[in-house]
Amino acid sequence: MADWDVKDLEYWDEKIREKVEEFGLSCYPQEFEICDHFQMLGYMAYSGMPSHYPHWSYGKSYEKLKTMYDYGVSGLPYEMVINSSPALAYLMRDNSLCLQVLTVAHVYGHNDFFKNNFTLKSTRAELTLNLFKIHADRVRGYIEDPSIGIEKVEAILDAAHALSLQCRRNLAIKKLAPEEERKRALEAAQPPSDPFQPVHKRQVYTPPDLNKVPLSPEEDILLFIRDYNPYLSEWEKDLLTIAQEESQYFIPNIETKIMNEGWASYWHREILNSLNLPQDLHLEFLVHHNQVVRPFPRGINPYYLGLKLWDDIKRRHDDPTPEEIEKYGKPTKTGMQAIFEVREVDRDVSFLRRFLTEELMREMDMFQYEPRGDELVISKVSDKDSWREVKETLLKNVGMGSIPVIKIEDADYNHNRVLYLKHYHDSRDLQLEYAERTLAYIHQLWGHEVVLETAVNGKRALLSYSDKGFSTKPLK
Amino acid sequence: MPETIFRPYSPSESLRSDRSAGDRQRHRQKVRESIRDNITDLIAEESIIGKDKDKIIKVPIRGVKEYRFIYGENTPGVGQGDGNSQPGQVLGRTQGERGQGEDKAGDQPGVDYYETDVTLEELIEIMFEDLELPDMERKILREIMSERLSKRKGYRRAGIRIRLDKKRTAISRIRRRLAVARRQGEDWDDEQRFPFHQDDMIYRHMVTDTRPESNAVVICVMDTSGSMDTMKKYLARSFFFLLYQFVCTKYRNVEIVFIAHHTEGHEVTEEEFFHKGESGGTFISSGYTKALDIIKERYHPTLWNVYAFHCSDGDNFESDNPAALKAAKELCEVCNLFGYGEIKPLGSRYYESSMLNIFRRLEAENFQTVLIERKEDIWPSFKAFLAKERVREETAAAEA
Repeated sequence: MADWDVKDLEYWDEKIREKVEEFGLSCYPQEFEICDHFQMLGYMAYSGMPSHYPHWSYGKSYEKLKTMYDYGVSGLPYEMVINSSPALAYLMRDNSLCLQVLTVAHVYGHNDFFKNNFTLKSTRAELTLNLFKIHADRVRGYIEDPSIGIEKVEAILDAAHALSLQCRRNLAIKKLAPEEERKRALEAAQPPSDPFQPVHKRQVYTPPDLNKVPLSPEEDILLFIRDYNPYLSEWEKDLLTIAQEESQYFIPNIETKIMNEGWASYWHREILNSLNLPQDLHLEFLVHHNQVVRPFPRGINPYYLGLKLWDDIKRRHDDPTPEEIEKYGKPTKTGMQAIFEVREVDRDVSFLRRFLTEELMREMDMFQYEPRGDELVISKVSDKDSWREVKETLLKNVGMGSIPVIKIEDADYNHNRVLYLKHYHDSRDLQLEYAERTLAYIHQLWGHEVVLETAVNGKRALLSYSDKGFSTKPLK
Repeated sequence: MPETIFRPYSPSESLRSDRSAGDRQRHRQKVRESIRDNITDLIAEESIIGKDKDKIIKVPIRGVKEYRFIYGENTPGVGQGDGNSQPGQVLGRTQGERGQGEDKAGDQPGVDYYETDVTLEELIEIMFEDLELPDMERKILREIMSERLSKRKGYRRAGIRIRLDKKRTAISRIRRRLAVARRQGEDWDDEQRFPFHQDDMIYRHMVTDTRPESNAVVICVMDTSGSMDTMKKYLARSFFFLLYQFVCTKYRNVEIVFIAHHTEGHEVTEEEFFHKGESGGTFISSGYTKALDIIKERYHPTLWNVYAFHCSDGDNFESDNPAALKAAKELCEVCNLFGYGEIKPLGSRYYESSMLNIFRRLEAENFQTVLIERKEDIWPSFKAFLAKERVREETAAAEA
C-alpha cells in the first residue's frame, strides 16, 4: 500500500487550492476518484467516462492498453481528467504521495484550461457526464430491442465511428441555418457593385441553383446523411447523432492537446515550487517532473513542447531581449497577462503559429522527416532556410490537421442520388486501403453510390464505391 | 470554488466494475471471425505444422481494423532531435515506425495492424468449427462395450453384500415386524427381540451399460521416398496434420495409424511420421499392402469404419503401377473412404509421372483424388475432401 491516505490528499489539496486561487486560475468544481490499475485501464478505454455505450472497439482498446501495460511497453498515466463540470479526475492508488500531489496540481491546471479556453467552452461541461450516460442508455436500449439487436447496432456504429471526425473543425464558427445559407448564396450571386456601371456593359445575373443540396460544401458527413437519407430508421439516425455528438466533445481536446498539457505542466511546476515541500518530496517531484516534460527522441512530446512555449511567452513579456524588442516592439502586457490571454483565445495551430519561433525550433532541434524507400529520413532541419517549412509541416499535423478534410459537394451528382465527396488535397495523399473501406461505410449509410475526388501521386482521381464494389478512375 | 471531493478507493467497486468485459468478448468474437476468414493463409504458414497443442501462435489480424480517412505513408512529419540532426539521417523503417504512432504527437493515426496470440488448439477449433467428418456408417456390430459403466436398475432379493441397500432392508424389517405383531395380537411383546431375516435383505441391482461407440480408424499413408523433397513432404504433412487434428478434435475414440513407405511400408509413430525424413525408391503398393495388413489384423471392416488417405508425388516405379492399382481397389473395398492426394509443386506436374491418370481407372464410389500444387491448395482440398464425402452420404441417405 502507498505511503498516504485520503487525509494526506485533503491536506495537500487545501494548500494547492490556496495557490490555485492566488495564481488566479479559475476552475470548475473538482472531484477525485482513487482507483486501481484495472479501473484505470477501464477508464482509459472509455475516454475516462464513467458511463459510455458499449462497442467492441473499446474492448479492443482495453486489450491493447492492457497488453502494453503488462509487457511494460507503456506505463499508465499518473492521472486522467475529463472535461466536465465538476471536473472528474482519477488518481492511481499505487502512486506515491509526491506523485499524487503533483497530479492534483496538474489536474487543476487542466481544469482551468477546460473552463477558460474558447474551443472547450462549446462543450457545455456541466452536461458532459449526463450526455454520455444518456447515449449509453439509448444505445443499450437499441441493443436490447429484439427488432434491432447488437449486430445491427454495431453495423451502424462501425460506420459512424469511421466518419465521426469528418465534421466541422471549428465549433466556434456558427453553423448557418438553411435560411441563412440561401440568403448567402443569393448575395454571392449578385454582381459586384460597380461605380461605372452606367458606362459598362450590363452584367449578366445568373441566379444560383437554390435546389442544390448542399448549397455550400458540407463537412458534417454523419449529420448530412442523417438528414438527407430518408430510408434510415429513427434508431439509425439516432446512432449517427450520438456518434457525432461524442466527436464534438472530443474535437476541442484534440485541438488543444499541446497547449493543455503544457499549461497543466506549467502550473503543477509553479504550484509545487511555491508549496515549500519537504526536501524528500521536492526531490522526488523534480525527478517526476523531468520525466514528464522530457523531449521524446525523434517524436514530439506535447508536455515538453507546450511547457517550452508557455515559458517562452512569459519570458518574452517579462524579460525581452533587445533583439526581440526591436522585432516585436516593447511588450504591452506582463507575462502573466499574456499567458492567461493566450490560454483563452488560442488552440494548438494558432498557438504554435504565433509563438513557435525560429530560435525555439532550433533550440529544440526540430526536423522534418519523410519516407524515402522504406526508410524514414530527415529531410529538413530548422536552419535559416527551411525552418518555416518545418514549422508549416508541424502545423499541418497538429490537432485536427491529421484528419483529411473531406466535404460533401453534391448529394445528387448526375441527378442520380450519387453522393459526391471532395478531398481538399494539401499535398498529402489518402491511405487508399483505408479510404476504400471508409467509402464502403459511407455507401452503407447513404444507400447509393458514393464517389470521392482526391489526388493520388499528384494525379487527380475519382474513387467510387457502389453496389458493384470499389473502383478508381483518373480525372482530367 | 466549492470544496473538492476525494472519493476513496473501494476494492469491492473494483471487483464489480469490469465494465469492458462485454466489449472485450465482442472484440474477441470479431478476432475469431477474422482468423476464420484468413484461415487459408494461416494453414499455409509453416510454423503451425506438427507443433504441440499448447504452442502459442502469432496470428496477424486483419478484420478488426477501425477504418477512417487517414493520410498515407508519403506524408512528412515533424520530430525533435538531440541537437545534431542533419538532413539525410535515417530515423528508421517506415513500417512499424508509423504503426506505433502513439508517442508522436501530431502523427498520423497509423495503420492499424496487430497480431494476437492464440494457442494451436484454439486455432484448430476455429478451423474445424464448420466442418464435420462424414457420418460414420452404421456397422452391424458397431456397438462394442467400449465403456464398462454400470448403472442401477431396480432391486433384488438376492445379491452380494456390497450392494445391500440398508435403508430399504430396515424398512422391510419394520414392515415384517408390524405384520407379525398384528397376527400375534395379545401375545406380542413389544420388548421382544426381532432380528433381521434373510427375507428382509434388499440388494441394488446393477446392469452393465453398453454405449454405442463409433469405431473409426484413420490410416495415414505417406510416401517418404527420395523424390519427395522437402517442399512436397511439407505439403503432405500439412494435409495429414489437418486430417489428424481434425479427427482428434471431433471424435474421442478414433484410432490413427501412420504408415510411411518408400519401397517398403512401415508403421511409424506420430512423431516419426511428421518429423522424420527417409529416402529410396517408390513402391506405392508397399504402403497399401501394409495398410491392408494392418486392417486385416486389427481393424476388421465389419467392426470398424476405416478412413485411409495417401499422399505421394505420384512418381511411382512403372512396374509397381498395376500392383498399386490392385491394392488401391482392395483398400476401397474395406474402407469407408479412401483418398489419394498428389503433391505436385507448381510446374512439376508437366514432367513427372502421375498416379492420377492411373487411378482414373479405379471406379469406386468411395475413392477420391485431390491435387495439391501449392500451400494455398491445402485448405480448399481438405475441405473438398470432407465435403464431397458428405454430399455422397446425403445422396445415399436420400435414396434410401
